[in-house]
Amino acid sequence: MITSTTAGLVLAGILFTMGLVSMLIRRNLIFMLVSVEVMLNAAGLAFIVAASRWGQPEGQVMFMFILAMAAAEVSVGLALILQLYHQLKTLDSDEASKMNG
Amino acid sequence: MNWMYLVPAMPFLGALLLVLFSKKIGKTGVSLIGCGSVGIAALVTIVAGLQFMNSGLQQFSLPLWNWLSVGNFNIGITLHLDALSLAFTFVITFVGFLIHVYSTGYMAEDPDFARFFASMNLFVGAMLMLVLADNLLLLYFGWEGVGLCSYLLIGFWYKDPANGAAARKAFIVTRVGDTAMAIALFLLVQHTGSLQLTDILAKAPTLWTTGDATVVTIAFLLLGGAVGKSAQLPLQTWLPDAMAGPTPVSALIHAATMVTAGVYLIARSHVLFTMAPAAQATVAIVGAVTLILAGCSAFVQTDIKRVLAYSTISQIGYMFLALGVGAWSAAIFHFITHAFFKALLFLGAGAVIVALHHEQDMFKMGGLRKSLPGVFWIFLIGSASLAAIPFVTAGFYSKDQIVWLAGASAQGGAGYWIVAVMGAFITAMYTTRMMLLVFYGKEKTHVHHRPGLNMMVPLYVLAVCSTLAGFMELPHTLGHVTLLSDFLQPVLPAVVTEHASTALEWGSQGVATLLCLAGIYIVWRVLPIPFPREVKTFLKNGWGFDAAYNLLFVQPYVLLARLNRKDVVDRLYVGLAAITRYFHRMMSATQSGILRWYIMGIVMGAVVILSVIIWRQYTV
Amino acid sequence: MILFLFILIPVLGAFAAWLSAAWNKKLPRWIALMVLVFELAMATAFWSEAVGDGSWYVTFIRPWMPRFGISFSLAMDGLSLLMLILTFFLGALSVLVSWNEIKERTGFFFFNLLFVLAGITGVFLTMDLFLFYFFWEVMLIPMYFLIGIWGHGNRLYAALKFFIFTQAGGLLMLLAILGLYFVHAQSTGVFTFNYFDLLNTPMAQETGRWLMLGFLIAFIVKLPAFPFHTWLPDAHTEAPTAGSVVLAGLLLKTGAYGILRFVLPLFPEASQYFAPYIMLLGAIGILYGGKLAYAQTDFKRLVAYTSVSHMGFVLVGAFAFNELAYQGVVMQMITHGISTGALFMIAGSLYDRLHTRELEEMGGLWPALPGMGVVTMVFVMASLGLPGLGNFIAEFLILAGSWQAQPWITVAATIGLVVATVYSLRIMQKVFFGVSVREYKLPDLSLREALMFVPLVIVIIWLGVYPQPVINTAKPATPAVAVHFTSK
Repeated sequence: MITSTTAGLVLAGILFTMGLVSMLIRRNLIFMLVSVEVMLNAAGLAFIVAASRWGQPEGQVMFMFILAMAAAEVSVGLALILQLYHQLKTLDSDEASKMNG
Repeated sequence: MNWMYLVPAMPFLGALLLVLFSKKIGKTGVSLIGCGSVGIAALVTIVAGLQFMNSGLQQFSLPLWNWLSVGNFNIGITLHLDALSLAFTFVITFVGFLIHVYSTGYMAEDPDFARFFASMNLFVGAMLMLVLADNLLLLYFGWEGVGLCSYLLIGFWYKDPANGAAARKAFIVTRVGDTAMAIALFLLVQHTGSLQLTDILAKAPTLWTTGDATVVTIAFLLLGGAVGKSAQLPLQTWLPDAMAGPTPVSALIHAATMVTAGVYLIARSHVLFTMAPAAQATVAIVGAVTLILAGCSAFVQTDIKRVLAYSTISQIGYMFLALGVGAWSAAIFHFITHAFFKALLFLGAGAVIVALHHEQDMFKMGGLRKSLPGVFWIFLIGSASLAAIPFVTAGFYSKDQIVWLAGASAQGGAGYWIVAVMGAFITAMYTTRMMLLVFYGKEKTHVHHRPGLNMMVPLYVLAVCSTLAGFMELPHTLGHVTLLSDFLQPVLPAVVTEHASTALEWGSQGVATLLCLAGIYIVWRVLPIPFPREVKTFLKNGWGFDAAYNLLFVQPYVLLARLNRKDVVDRLYVGLAAITRYFHRMMSATQSGILRWYIMGIVMGAVVILSVIIWRQYTV
Repeated sequence: MILFLFILIPVLGAFAAWLSAAWNKKLPRWIALMVLVFELAMATAFWSEAVGDGSWYVTFIRPWMPRFGISFSLAMDGLSLLMLILTFFLGALSVLVSWNEIKERTGFFFFNLLFVLAGITGVFLTMDLFLFYFFWEVMLIPMYFLIGIWGHGNRLYAALKFFIFTQAGGLLMLLAILGLYFVHAQSTGVFTFNYFDLLNTPMAQETGRWLMLGFLIAFIVKLPAFPFHTWLPDAHTEAPTAGSVVLAGLLLKTGAYGILRFVLPLFPEASQYFAPYIMLLGAIGILYGGKLAYAQTDFKRLVAYTSVSHMGFVLVGAFAFNELAYQGVVMQMITHGISTGALFMIAGSLYDRLHTRELEEMGGLWPALPGMGVVTMVFVMASLGLPGLGNFIAEFLILAGSWQAQPWITVAATIGLVVATVYSLRIMQKVFFGVSVREYKLPDLSLREALMFVPLVIVIIWLGVYPQPVINTAKPATPAVAVHFTSK
């Protein structure tokens, strides 16, 4: 018996896993950033679903937070990637692993 | 007598001056200071001794300053003069002075002239402290001090590592004995609360009964110190090697004075030994065994100085035997005569050695009777005294007394007597052999240097003493003079004789004399005596003691030290550090800088945590 | 106030020396020498006048952090006074030792040297446990720099090892100090680090034992006792000469001082309980250190191991609980400082001339260096305990005292005298006797070296023939527990 809550959470889980897997297998920094966005949105979706299930507003408040944070993160992330690209002429994350300790 | 402090002070001062100003004063200055300091000490001794004898005092002590005082434990730097210490002081300063004078000739060509005299003076000073000490700690000061000087002088010609080894051996082996003595001191501190000799001797009978375990232990430990210094069994091995030093050193330290410190110590603490019959019997047995073993070894040596060294060990064995049977003054008597004739023999040997360009092998000598007549006669007198030729030599009277008392005293017995006369026989044999090899037969090495006056005069004086010293103590059968034992009476109790009679005494003297003459005759007629080679080597190497000690103590220690040079304990800490570093490497390897590894780490961590949570959810 | 000055002057001197290096490279050593000679004079003058009827000559207390019961509390008794004089004496000599040896960063060198001495002075004077820990750490760090910057080949390893060992011990001590602090507060309601208040803190038997172990381990690491001795050979060997002198002569003494000052009086019951084991450790240290000393081929390393051996006597004596042994321990602290310090200076002087510390490369130096030979002979003899030199008095008193507590351990310790003979004579043989491998033409003692060695020789002989002033000074400072088994 599939309820809308279950379906929503499964979708969120699938989205999150896809984001995670693509994060793990991609080397291009842009794609990695996109994967992070996907995962964030998956988490946001989970919040929304949970909020509607319990009829509480906090879930939607959390989604607002996530949206704001994701926006900030993307802008900073893109700026960093741009800088990296200027420095290294590549977007390969392995190439950028120069700071190993 | 209040300026008695000059007796030890002068030699110390001399040593100090010689160390500080050796370069400025030249050889004459060195000789003057070196001999002068000991000479003054000898004069002061004689004057103080005369005063002491006239004063009628039994003992006189001169406190100089307080050395240590901790709680109830007080030790002063105090000099103590009584008959026993006077006898020793006299011999040390007098013989010491003669040997110093002799050394100005013997060492004349040595570049380290000043160092030699500085060490010799230091030695005399330390030895005087030893015999004049009022307490055992001060005695111990002198005791170790002479050990140091002996080390310095045996290794005097330091260029040869063998001399250095001999010097270290002497110091270390005697230190083994000293350790035993130190423990005796601790015991005395614990039980009597004092180290003052008169105090201890007075208190001992009230503290312990005869044969009490404590006093026996103390006596045995003191004996341990004594056998180390006096080169008796089982610590005798250092003395033959000590002949590596210059000959005057052998004469002074390893014959006349230092090695008799053990005799002094036992005589000084005689009350303790009387109260510990087991220890005293051990003294006698050690003396008896040493006297025979060393005598046999002396018989097969080829080096003239080693003959004399073994003979010293053997003669000190006589003294120990005398102490062990309670014939205290006989031991001191033999000490005095032995100091004279052994110094004479060593210095005579030194004259021979110098004359033959530092040749010490007797088989390369020979025929020196013609070329060195002066030395020959001197040596003859010394040898006669050593071999105890009847009636005319000092050695005869002193040795005869010991032989007789070994049998006749209360603690003595037939066994000791037999050993003592056998010893006399062996002594006569090796002495004759030495005389024959050195002075008779064909001349094998040419004489190139005759001893000067400064070497000969001390020899003449010693020769006179070696003859006359015997007459201060004559047996009942021959005039019965008891100058020395009467003099020592206040310090050392008279010997208690049992089963004694004039007839027996005559018998003892007769047998000893006959054996002595027989020994001389045998050697005279049948030299060289045929011995199996193995026996000869065995005896020559001192009955294998050296080899045994080497195998048992020296080699394991050196091996152990070598194996553990890097300190196994440190390995432990190094190991700990290595383990830490290994973990550090493991941790730092995870900081690869590859982003996907990090993400993977996060994911795995999340998975693990989630599964734990879920697992707990479902199991509770 | 004078006590505060004892600490303040070296600290000020340290900064002055550092700053003055900017003008002139040679100025710092003069400043350091002046400071230490002045301090020595001050301490000696104080000694000649010190006739307190109680055991404390003078005290100095200012509140520091009263909220936690921490005060800047200094006090001096006979033991501290003797240790101070030793500190300034060896300190002045270690400046002379480094006169020409240190060529780089002289300012910073003398800064560190003076600072470490200030720390040591503080340790000897403090009567507040918190302040004690503070000074304990203060002397650690400059020493680390001394070894790490001006040391020989393997200096970083040695400096680090030294630091980790003493720091680990120090942390245990800090724990124990805090433990004691709280135990005291629990039973009396007063939070204080003051030494006098903490004496006689009532505590459970078990607690006392654990706290005592915390202190003890810190001190025996510093001492160092078997099996915590292994930092010492490395540190001594790699340190510059002045560093070795300060390490052997003074830093090790802080361990011994700590035992006498803190472990015994604060934890009498626990001390007695552990005494046999600690004495056994001491005896093992004597023999083991002696054996390792014999095996070494590096001069400084050999001398370093002799320290292990000699410090074993301190442990044996301190836990024998009688006056003889206690006085022996005090003497041993002083005489060992002098004799071992002197041997390190000799090693330094030889290194100046030969540029090696390997015994195998020396030999036959007597003709070239007779003066130094005599000095070495004196200190080698001191090290093997020859009567007439200070070390003998110390060792005799310790052994005579410990005999009454533990005869068999004393026998083992006494055998240490033979072991000492074996390694000591090896020094003489290897360095001065034998044949010269290369025909050296070397200058004998220079004026500066004579100035260093002559006072040392005089002091060691003085302590050997007339040690009574030292004994009298140390006597009122004897902690009650140290004479528990008064001799019969």
